Amino acid sequence: MKIRRMSIAAVAAMSMIGLAACGGGGSTGGSGGSGGSGGSSKGGPIKIGIKFDQPGLGLKDGAKYTGFDVAVATFVAKSLGHDQKDITWVQAPSAQRETLISTGQVDLVVATYSITDKRKEKVSFAGPYFIAGQDLLVKSDDSSITGPDALKGKKLCSVKGSTPAAKVKDKYPDVQLQEYDTYSKCVEALVGGAVDAVTTDNTILAGYASQPAYKGKLKVVGKTFSTEKYGIGLKKGDTALCQKVTDALNQMVTLGHWQTAVDANLGPAGFTVDKATNPPKPDACS
Amino acid sequence: MADLLTKFDVLGAFWMTIVLTFFAAIGSLVIGTVVAIMRVSPVAIARTLGAGYVNTVRNTPLTLIIVFCNLGLYVNLGVKLANPASQSFIIDNNIRLGILGLSVYHAAFVCEALRSGINTVPPGQAEAARSVGLTFSQNLRYVVLPQAFRGAITPLGNTLIALTKNTTVVSAIGVAEASYVMASMIEFRPDVLTLVFLIFALGFVILTLPMGLLITWMSRRLAVKR
Repeated sequence: MKIRRMSIAAVAAMSMIGLAACGGGGSTGGSGGSGGSGGSSKGGPIKIGIKFDQPGLGLKDGAKYTGFDVAVATFVAKSLGHDQKDITWVQAPSAQRETLISTGQVDLVVATYSITDKRKEKVSFAGPYFIAGQDLLVKSDDSSITGPDALKGKKLCSVKGSTPAAKVKDKYPDVQLQEYDTYSKCVEALVGGAVDAVTTDNTILAGYASQPAYKGKLKVVGKTFSTEKYGIGLKKGDTALCQKVTDALNQMVTLGHWQTAVDANLGPAGFTVDKATNPPKPDACS
Repeated sequence: MADLLTKFDVLGAFWMTIVLTFFAAIGSLVIGTVVAIMRVSPVAIARTLGAGYVNTVRNTPLTLIIVFCNLGLYVNLGVKLANPASQSFIIDNNIRLGILGLSVYHAAFVCEALRSGINTVPPGQAEAARSVGLTFSQNLRYVVLPQAFRGAITPLGNTLIALTKNTTVVSAIGVAEASYVMASMIEFRPDVLTLVFLIFALGFVILTLPMGLLITWMSRRLAVKR
């Protein structure tokens, strides 16, 4: 009997915790349910898809969101008339970005989203707001890897199914490639000595190199061998919204907020942007 | 659709899924049988160890076990299951680590399926075997286990189907099986997203549906009539 009474108490306590959790979620993400599609309405809620796990670009740190993409998204949202508190951040993993946009679950995607022709068939892009390139991350005491040409016989790491991984397999067949589902595992393998270098966009690499846990241990080589144009994904054909976002991006560069955001989020690891291509001029909306 | 199949190695990916399933099925059957014998043995410490293994492994997420096999065993402890000098070291090593992880995880389920099979054998038979002088291992080999396997075909088959689908988790450490190729297809062909999903759903149905039919047929045919 005693056991039964205790279990009832336990169930009651657990359901209360559950309810409290629901309540908390509801009040912070309260704007989640109510439309906001198009994002063109003045004020009101806006849903923006970002990466939650990419230090320096889009990172969820407790209840806070940090990174360059977050800074860009916040500025754009502000120029569209949405205050910071109106923004609902939605996690946008690489494979789900097109679906999130086309089903209207998010209004904008600012998540290291490279502009490609195949993607343009599904979504429209504003931007680019940054030109990144594939680069290499190595241990800071490693002087043997100076660029993509010094990779013969080395072990590289990237994320499965990603563009950088495909490029390595294509262009450098005598390199062994370890693939994981996340870059953090790659960085772990690099620090543990199982691979010689991690390869992907220099922005992502710089973000990892700036993390407090890896500070001073890793460096970005700085010889890019591809061009990735980061754009802001939005619903296909919404030229009005695209134009507004483009104007916001231009404004961000002119007012100097773009440079501030780059320095604050990607600077700490000694990463410098390629001034020849950055800040880029956004393409015309079509 | 045709250009999708020529550009991406879908067949090769499903072949890798079959290879992983095959070796992990053998591995988990061996480990699972040993653990099941430990759990019914007269030695108390073996029973405790067996129960400990099942309860630990069964309640650990598979992703964690697979990632531990790579980042824990290989990266941090230096366990290598392939020739480090070989040009395909990383690929071979990851496949073998993946099979190891899958085997260890599914062994817990095989063990429990087998134990349920052992429970279908009436205790009188084991007692009779003891009374005619068979030892514990003879008892298992000639009386209990043959009937237990036949009684456990359905739960063992369910574990096999679950194993087939769980091989997708191994893509977390970069083994080129079905979900790995699916990830790269989504990256490069987001315009045909639905088709990509359908191809892989169909692929798995083709793999698992005959398995299920075979198991039902076998369990009917091989069940011990009592």
